[in-house]
Amino acid sequence: MIKLKKSDFEKIVAHARKEAPIEACGLIAGELSGGDKIIKKVYILTNVDHAEEHFTLDPKEQLTAVKDMRANGLTPLGNWHSHPVSPSRPSDEDKRLAYDSSASYMILSLMDAEPVLNSFHIEGDKSEKEQLVIED
Amino acid sequence: MNITVAGEKKEVKDGLTVAELIVNENVEMPDYVTVSVNDEFVEAGTFADTALKEGDSVEFLYFMGGGSR
Repeated sequence: MIKLKKSDFEKIVAHARKEAPIEACGLIAGELSGGDKIIKKVYILTNVDHAEEHFTLDPKEQLTAVKDMRANGLTPLGNWHSHPVSPSRPSDEDKRLAYDSSASYMILSLMDAEPVLNSFHIEGDKSEKEQLVIED
Repeated sequence: MNITVAGEKKEVKDGLTVAELIVNENVEMPDYVTVSVNDEFVEAGTFADTALKEGDSVEFLYFMGGGSR
């Protein structure tokens, strides 16, 4: 299970809507508790591709975020990005570029009126939806 | 000499290169790793020529990206 605060979900949605039609992206960090991941902080990073169908996290901002996680005792848990006009599921490129099988890959779809966020475990060309709980 | 790797202090041999450190640290998939030394990114392809110095702080960052197609 992976837990996300509702306020962090809203932060992701607001940023992704602002960036659309460009893909938005960022990192997630928090705690590992048993087999669960508890997201304590969502980082918003620049998509240096500035593209509608691709994203690459800005390495400088990634470095800053990693240091912030360490300073705050947070564990890196994965990343998130938006699909402005496609479903909330990993594309072939998402799977090909998912190098860390311990990470969670969160994908927010804005293709419908209601945003849809899912979290995935990706290993090789296989992806599996994780149980995502969004709570107050 | 003493350096810091991902926030952890380590003692390594003098003149250790970034490429050697990648091997020492068992960094997986090094082709997809960006390396910074003292917050400056090391150009890909120069890892073997980049010698570390006493007190350097090294970070390894995995490329993170994707696409919706």
